[in-house]
Amino acid sequence: MDFIYEPWPWYVSGPLIALIMFVLLFLGKQFGMSSNLRTACSIGGAGKISDFFKFDWKSQRWNLIIVLGAAIGGFIASTYLSNNEVHINENVAEKLSTYGIESAGTAYLPTEIFSTESLSDPKVLAILLIGGFLVGFGARYAGGCTSGHAISGLSNLQLPSLIAVIGFFIGGLVMINFIYPLIFG
Amino acid sequence: MKSIIYLIVGVFFGILMYKSEAASWFRIYEMFEFGAFHMYGIIGSALFLGVIGTTLIKKFNIKALGGQEMQLKPKDKSIARYLIGGILFGLGWALAGACPGPMYVLAGAGYLSILIVIGGALLGTLVYGILKNKLPH
Repeated sequence: MDFIYEPWPWYVSGPLIALIMFVLLFLGKQFGMSSNLRTACSIGGAGKISDFFKFDWKSQRWNLIIVLGAAIGGFIASTYLSNNEVHINENVAEKLSTYGIESAGTAYLPTEIFSTESLSDPKVLAILLIGGFLVGFGARYAGGCTSGHAISGLSNLQLPSLIAVIGFFIGGLVMINFIYPLIFG
Repeated sequence: MKSIIYLIVGVFFGILMYKSEAASWFRIYEMFEFGAFHMYGIIGSALFLGVIGTTLIKKFNIKALGGQEMQLKPKDKSIARYLIGGILFGLGWALAGACPGPMYVLAGAGYLSILIVIGGALLGTLVYGILKNKLPH
């Protein structure tokens, strides 16, 4: 029964992501996860601050249901289908340990950043908050995130999505090569 | 009825993100270190099938359920917004180790700290909405 806990290989996971995108297209929708953040702001009354949030959020109800489902799926997978350990390339894990992150291979997320106890560390709090802020701000500025640009947009051969994905990688590479040594070094 | 379909798609997506480890901070870090093929394989194979399927949909003008058009509108042309927005997103993706989809999945998986990341993402979205008209697009 151990195979149930094994991670799904890329050649299973990737095609299933494409399947989700096509199911949504056939339902008349577009695969895009970050737009839910805008919807949440609208529901919270952000339309009073900016016209950007004045839209009929009820038309986005379907996507909020997907978010609810995704959370349920996360609960099911982490509770019943996983031993919650992620094994990565050993050299990469070794490099992480020089940053003081030694939980690779024993946890799903680094306990040094994501354990509840670590929240009392202001540095960890800042990492989580600023990381989230950049994701939210950047996704809306770029008009989409990994699902909207890297999957849906590139599948539709959209040049804007290619520019956005190149941007994702410039940002990611700058972060781990130049900013990580400053944060964790 | 349709709500149940979206819920099932969502649950499936959540399990998929978790089981593929695309929701793991470690996998995102490893990807940016070019340490394994895993994430590139996931995105690459999704794209391979995505490009073929999308091309066929357009070629044969396949309609969505109920005869409505597929949501395949071309995106607005620009460089600045996609490049600058993309870079900011990438900085956050590599720092928090999670993009929007996996954030919700991790919340369901019980990682309390991800709620701070989601809070930050909501704040970032809000600030973008406020500054939108002053930013180059």
